[in-house]
Amino acid sequence: MQVLTRKTGGVLQIKLVGEMDEYSAPSARAECDRFILSNTAAKKVVIDLSEVAFMDSTGIGFLIGRYKKATANGMSISVARPNFTADKVLSVAGIYSLIPKE
Amino acid sequence: MTKNYLKLQFYSLPCNQAFARDAVAAFCVPLNPSLSELSDIKTAVSEAVTNCTVHAYRGNLGIITIECESDERSLHIKVIDTGRGIEDINKAVQPFFTTLPGDERSGMGFTIMQTFMDDFKVNSIKGEGTVVYMTKNLKVETENA
Repeated sequence: MQVLTRKTGGVLQIKLVGEMDEYSAPSARAECDRFILSNTAAKKVVIDLSEVAFMDSTGIGFLIGRYKKATANGMSISVARPNFTADKVLSVAGIYSLIPKE
Repeated sequence: MTKNYLKLQFYSLPCNQAFARDAVAAFCVPLNPSLSELSDIKTAVSEAVTNCTVHAYRGNLGIITIECESDERSLHIKVIDTGRGIEDINKAVQPFFTTLPGDERSGMGFTIMQTFMDDFKVNSIKGEGTVVYMTKNLKVETENA
């Protein structure tokens, strides 16, 4: 899984590209956290899921982990453009009540 | 559609997860599943295989067996391990229950298998292993669907 990061004003854009599972999550997790922790003056994190071709419940744990990381550093967090596969997994877990969809 | 059968055996390495779910998806392509059905099957298989890697074998090397059988419009999947087994199945299938809370585990694996598939059952013997049974009933094919 590829992690593309971009900073626009006070917003940290994180785009995940590829398949999110137990195998791919650890390196994506480390890259995201590195980006968040080196930009703690930012106000907001947006995780773009439009290029995530597959996601299982590993994605739920991944997003909750990044939610904790962002909020602990005073940032809000949201997800953007999940495809129907990711959307179904995230909806079943009720994740949008914690991390809103843009 | 005549009956069809597949048996896969592989090491419980995380790098085999994509292979396992893609192989099951490829097996059910002749049944003409919709994209959404195919995606449900892949996700459920991924959850079951992840459980084998993370929980049954706890990072040790073990063998995961997947058996698939298709008949008419149904796909029956068995995911089998010979790992540590589940202490309390009723607890394990509860949403958000996890035995590894510090590990960014969502505890939603079994809930997703239950929600995404039409039939779901899990048998486990402590110290011997676990079998997850799942069935997906595919919608009747429509022409040019």
